[in-house]
Amino acid sequence: MQRDKANLEYAGRTQLARALALLEPLVARAFVSVRADQLGEPQRAAHACIADVLPELGPIAGIHAALHAYPEAAWLVLACDLPFLDAATLQQLIAARDAQRLATAFRSSHDGKPEPLCAIYEPASRGPIDVWIASGQLCPRGFLAAADVALLTLRTPQALDNINTSDEYRVARGHLGEGAHGLPGGGAAAPAESHTLQIQYFALLREQAGRNSETVSSRARDARALYEELRVRHGLLLEPEQLRVAVNEEFADWSQLLREGDSVVFLPPVAGG
Amino acid sequence: MSAFRLSGAAFDVASLRAELADPTCGGYAAFEGWVRDHNEGQRVTRLEYEAFAPLALREGERIIAEARAHFGLRGALCVHRVGALELGEIAVWVGVAAPHRDEAFRGCRYIIDEVKHRLPIWKKEHYANGDSGWVNCERCAAAPLHGEHHGETAAAQGHAPHGAQHLHGKPR
Repeated sequence: MQRDKANLEYAGRTQLARALALLEPLVARAFVSVRADQLGEPQRAAHACIADVLPELGPIAGIHAALHAYPEAAWLVLACDLPFLDAATLQQLIAARDAQRLATAFRSSHDGKPEPLCAIYEPASRGPIDVWIASGQLCPRGFLAAADVALLTLRTPQALDNINTSDEYRVARGHLGEGAHGLPGGGAAAPAESHTLQIQYFALLREQAGRNSETVSSRARDARALYEELRVRHGLLLEPEQLRVAVNEEFADWSQLLREGDSVVFLPPVAGG
Repeated sequence: MSAFRLSGAAFDVASLRAELADPTCGGYAAFEGWVRDHNEGQRVTRLEYEAFAPLALREGERIIAEARAHFGLRGALCVHRVGALELGEIAVWVGVAAPHRDEAFRGCRYIIDEVKHRLPIWKKEHYANGDSGWVNCERCAAAPLHGEHHGETAAAQGHAPHGAQHLHGKPR
């Protein structure tokens, strides 16, 4: 699929937002693993990111970067293309974690091999992963298959099925309680209803917009579309990549759907302290 | 009273310190951020801070709760000024109390580092030559550069204090 899988939506939320929502209650802190060139990508940049240090190695570069960024942390690594993943599966993984091994992972319900992208990597795995990469091997599944890891059987066998084609995406959306129509970006979506929104501006955006706040009637479906609309209207000079967005006084994704009466704030780069 | 506060006027540090007094604690650490007379080669004459208060208060409370949980702090407070400030004034104050000094130092450092990067608070500097500018904003407005701001945010995570490191991303 050509599309960025992190941005695919199910029931109005992106895969990335779904993955973080599952993860955040279970870990001390969640980060988004990104390639260095993705640091400005707003969907990801709205969250704390860890950029790959080693270029063009695929997923193992993300695991490598995290283990090096916080060498004392154990990392629950999660792919963002697992639409069927549920909290119970993550809880099963955490409950069965064996901190004396290099990692704890599930066996694939398809081929019995370790699933590398829904697994806990212990701090002790850092050295062996460095050696694995240095030896020219990039497959994290191969690493887990060869290493001393705890392997678990999935209680929900399809929990780690992922999606790689548009057909699979349509099927997954159907399973997750949506119509099979309307691939995002595929057009044919009905025009959104107009809704009344409260906008507040701060700092440089307040000066550029020439106002502290306003009430607007907009058909913008999500925060991203709203910013583009206001940017044109007021000649705002900041790129969305430079901003974060808050909806109803809480940090939000750019893809968050807007509802009647929502209050929206676009946050320029902050400088507290 | 909440642990994270915004203040529109100078505040009394002694009374904040007194709020943290705790006979079970052997260590107290505090940090004061002061208004400095220069930044990036420019002479600064005064500052203004602006906050999106509801979200700043909420995120500030979250930072303090994280620090308390991660470092075992018995008490932690942070006050950030908003509005106009003169040189030498306290712009931000953090104080923490813990059973031992190590947790106190680390917890205090964690709070100030997170406050600088996570709170929706903006700083406008006024310079001796009559110019003014929003810190971290002017360059990106002049020459939009993908990822400049957020790249900095990510870097800050990488520079988090050592005390925080073994806790980040760790399954509970």
